[in-house]
Amino acid sequence: MLRMVKRTDMTSDKAALIRVFSILCALFTAGLFIAIMGHNPIHVFSSMFMGAFGSVFRIKDTLTISIPLILTSVGIMIAFKMKFWNIGGEGQILMGAFFASFIALNFDSVPKPLLLLMMFIAGFIGGGLWALLPAFLKVKFDTNETIITLMLNYIAIKWITYLQYGPWKDPKSMGFPKIANFSDAAILPKILGVHAGWLITLVIVVVVAVMMKYSKKGYEIAVVGESIDTAKYSGINVNRVILSALFVSGGLCGIVGMMEASAVNQTLTASLSAGYGYTAIITTWLSALNAAVIIPVSILFAAMIKGGSFIQTAFQIPQAAADVLQSIILFFVIGSEFFVQYKLVPKSSKKEERT
Amino acid sequence: MITAFFTAVIIAGTPLLFATLGELITEKAGHLNLGVEGMMLIGAVAGFGVGLYTSNPIFAMIAAMIAGAASALIYGFLTVTLRANQVVSGLSLTIFGTGLSSYIGTAFVGQKLSEGIINFYNPVAIPLLSEIPFIGQIVFNQDIFIYFGYLLAVLVGIYLYKTRLGQNLVAVGENPAAADASGINVNLYKYVHILMGGALCGLGGAYLSIVEVPQWQDNITAGRGWIAIALVIFCKWNPYKALFGAYLFGGLSIIGFRLQQFNISQNLLDMLPYLVTIIVLVLSSVKHSKESAPPQGLSVPYFREER
Repeated sequence: MLRMVKRTDMTSDKAALIRVFSILCALFTAGLFIAIMGHNPIHVFSSMFMGAFGSVFRIKDTLTISIPLILTSVGIMIAFKMKFWNIGGEGQILMGAFFASFIALNFDSVPKPLLLLMMFIAGFIGGGLWALLPAFLKVKFDTNETIITLMLNYIAIKWITYLQYGPWKDPKSMGFPKIANFSDAAILPKILGVHAGWLITLVIVVVVAVMMKYSKKGYEIAVVGESIDTAKYSGINVNRVILSALFVSGGLCGIVGMMEASAVNQTLTASLSAGYGYTAIITTWLSALNAAVIIPVSILFAAMIKGGSFIQTAFQIPQAAADVLQSIILFFVIGSEFFVQYKLVPKSSKKEERT
Repeated sequence: MITAFFTAVIIAGTPLLFATLGELITEKAGHLNLGVEGMMLIGAVAGFGVGLYTSNPIFAMIAAMIAGAASALIYGFLTVTLRANQVVSGLSLTIFGTGLSSYIGTAFVGQKLSEGIINFYNPVAIPLLSEIPFIGQIVFNQDIFIYFGYLLAVLVGIYLYKTRLGQNLVAVGENPAAADASGINVNLYKYVHILMGGALCGLGGAYLSIVEVPQWQDNITAGRGWIAIALVIFCKWNPYKALFGAYLFGGLSIIGFRLQQFNISQNLLDMLPYLVTIIVLVLSSVKHSKESAPPQGLSVPYFREER
């Protein structure tokens, strides 16, 4: 039999090696799954890769998908650092999009730069408020934030659907349930062929990374995440930290909603969050809550999403195969943490180890 | 009219009841499994698929239970053996289940289950009991699955409160170190109950796809797994109260159709079950009492070596 012993000799190189190895194991397992489903795994993987990076056009598409993933992940990361399980990214994206769309649809005579700025602020506030609600319930009544944030996702989807079919329905759409398209002034311009959201996202990632590492707020968030008791003893106002951090967490998701509505959909739809709120949970965790790592991981996942939709047309493999692939990777990386923390030794050496 | 409504309430509450009981057993073992939604979906798709190809109602349900338990095994291995974070492991299971069921289910869209299966789950009136005025028609003129649900809630209650095994389980969830010291195989208890919980969640999903709907829809559970997790808190980890809670929420989920005649948008009415879940969670968090507290060891990994 084997028993586990806490590792003391773990270097960050070794830990990274274990994680890379776990991803390889995950790919192997996913390959087996694809083979069982009757397809050639190598063929499928290489097609996914080509579907995501095979041409300039596809690369742009992949990057366009990675923008919301990166920003949502960074938003969620702030909450996860405090062990506040915000899985409401989806709803916060939608509510941000809702607030921004309200501005876009009602103030379209405002000059473009000002209008876009107003939409940004509105998106931030919309997403922030939607995250503030579960944070408030958590600090006030200690309710389970996981369930509340998830329930708020469903409510946000129903709310946008309601607007789409009811009060906000475009009278010019001939009865088709859609909200009017934004005017040109409300649409984010492109920079180097991809909408300007990428630059905004990069700036936000840098700011958040620096804040988390060097600012007082970032330090307080880290302490609250380690131990609420420690935070209290050291004089940190825990409730205020949770509330303000969650407002920012949801606010960043809200900006994602603004950018998706403005640059990608050019209107508000109930489907614009496209599952980013959920995928971002995976990317955030895989990045070990590190803002810099979030960028490559998110691009990898964007490639899987884009490649997944490509194999759907090429092989008639349902797009959900990409979701399965992502979650298998997640399982392996979660499991690999054990081997970062512990090593297995034969049970016979028990006595020496104990001393 | 009113009888028909309450009959539908019981039907709508049944998937919630199975999933709630499943999660309750899991949490009693000290494990918060947020993968209920995923396990229900995997059970739903496995049950529907086997039902479609074998036309055998019993095989379909057994397949759903096995599929639910198998997916719970992933969670169990990660959290019991590898001591991984329970929240993240459960979330991953939900993402996995959503993807896998959608992947497999693509082939089932638009397919119809055979008459044999549909008829098997037709309502059966229980003699005498079904003749009780009003209540009899609602409670005792249902399909056999629903009767199994009543029975199961009582059985889980007896198991937890009256049997030695159940008491051991409670000990494991409350204080694994003490349970271990008194000779209980902690990990075995955890595994067995996580798997049982998964099997029940799978069954709840299969009730949706085989009896309640009965056809395949992508993401057929539509958040019911999460409502079940909230229901465990709502019913204070008590299986008898789970029976009541599940039907209450079943009622809320279908009340929308009945209120349509008052000219309220369906989309707004669809928010009701989610909204009420939030309200109920807040209310049950407000009145903290010893009796309503979760198992002490919930979400805390147990390291024998670090005892």
